[in-house]
Amino acid sequence: MCGIVGLFAKDRTIERDLGAHLSGMLASMADRGPDSAGFAVYGEGRPGAIKLTLRPPDGGDPDKLLSRLGIPDSSILMRGSHVVLTVPLAAEAQARANLAARMPDTAVVGAGERMELYKEVGAPADVARRFALASMAGSHGIGHTRMATESAVTTAGAHPFSTGPDQCLVHNGSLSNHNAVRRALCRQGFGFATENDTEVAAVYLSARLRAGLSLGDALRGCLRDLDGFYTFVVGTASGFGVLRDPIACKPAVMAETDRFVAFGTEYRALAQLPGIASARVWEPEPAKVYFWERER
Amino acid sequence: MGAGAGKGVFLGARTLSAATTFEPHLVDLDHVSVRGLNHALHALRPSSNMTRWRVLNPGGRHALAVGLDAAVEVEIIGHAGYYCAGMNKLATVTVRGNAGTGVAENMMSGRVRVCGDASQSAGASAHGGLLLIDGNASARCGIALKGADIVVKGSVGHMSAFMAQAGTLVVLGDAGDSFGDSLYEAHLYVRGRVASLGTDCVEMPLADPDRAELHDKLAAAGLAGAVDIADFRRYESARTLYHFHVDNAAAY
Repeated sequence: MCGIVGLFAKDRTIERDLGAHLSGMLASMADRGPDSAGFAVYGEGRPGAIKLTLRPPDGGDPDKLLSRLGIPDSSILMRGSHVVLTVPLAAEAQARANLAARMPDTAVVGAGERMELYKEVGAPADVARRFALASMAGSHGIGHTRMATESAVTTAGAHPFSTGPDQCLVHNGSLSNHNAVRRALCRQGFGFATENDTEVAAVYLSARLRAGLSLGDALRGCLRDLDGFYTFVVGTASGFGVLRDPIACKPAVMAETDRFVAFGTEYRALAQLPGIASARVWEPEPAKVYFWERER
Repeated sequence: MGAGAGKGVFLGARTLSAATTFEPHLVDLDHVSVRGLNHALHALRPSSNMTRWRVLNPGGRHALAVGLDAAVEVEIIGHAGYYCAGMNKLATVTVRGNAGTGVAENMMSGRVRVCGDASQSAGASAHGGLLLIDGNASARCGIALKGADIVVKGSVGHMSAFMAQAGTLVVLGDAGDSFGDSLYEAHLYVRGRVASLGTDCVEMPLADPDRAELHDKLAAAGLAGAVDIADFRRYESARTLYHFHVDNAAAY
């Protein structure tokens, strides 16, 4: 099971309402993944700064967090149980080091100039409401409703997984060779936060992107190196990509209009989007990489 | 629910076809549950004069018009979810949009038409009737087919007609990988390219009885004369897989 949703805005009105659309899409996939949910939204960033989405164990007191962090010119935004910390790009490494030393229980769930990432255990509609997803704007966003199979129902095991700047991955399916791929990536020096199979796919893609491959080529590598069932939706700073395994084990539907490109595990996720009745609706082909990008 | 089912928004379309002159019974799924729709359809007796139904705002909901057992017409305006018209008997179900996984699965008789594309496992295990898909069907179209006829005007995905036992699959476009894998006695006809044949599926010449059968199936789908029968290739089981071979006795 599990449900995936994704929305990529081609015009400003969809950007403004992106969170509201994504929130409805996420809720519609609740019966495919009732145990936890998460989403990443690519909104506005501060020039020259990076946003770290944090999950402090206690929700956190913003003033206390900022003073303990001790990074000048940083700011903080509370959103439900998560905190978005914006620090100058040049201070990212210092901020991460200070977080690890002074607040070791605080997880960094995502980082990027534009991406914010939220996830929690609970029914998808509740998770969306706790983070006020409906009020968020952005150029694109992806979300996931989880029915856990490969690892426990925990916030850390919820999707999306982010293992690179402005990169995130959601996954429907289960990988069978994730332990072997994880060991190979560990030997190359990559770290893992969970035992989750999807995190392996995320790190795999981040490693290949860092090696200079395009997202399309990195996704094509999955067909060779990853074994198991998967429909992946990957977000980057400029767009999103879709890949299904060669036997198309997990369902997927896409829709495109002049105003948006949308992904849903089922058509139900797309049924409320504006102008969907006249959209081009199709099923992405197995083992074929799809990618949409935009100029910023 | 009975007559109350029609309290949906009337679309303004006066008639479905020239042959019929009375209004269809409307069910708006934004106001009526899928269960309500299906209960109303299941309650229809053979003598019922409520023979035409139009379903509005399907929104990709699952299990629309499943288990029908009356000679009624149901038209679904929009995209349907999983298992639409499953187990259909006698009824004519038309989806004016795409259909999700397993449309007309286990159909017994009647006629199901998808005006757009069909997702995986279209017509799975169907015993009888006709499934007509105007667009493409994705993977495993006609899997375990047991006697129904499927006509796809577009192409079919990989593993189509897997373990198909009886009935026919006619594809006007192309077929994906492993076509007809582990085939039993279903008859397969493809007009376009077959990416690869599955285990124990072989191409055979198009003989006169095959041409006659293909013509009948195309005619039933309203496609007689629309395509040249000579353009089709025929595939059937090589029958090496499901007959016990005495040389293999030691393996058991």
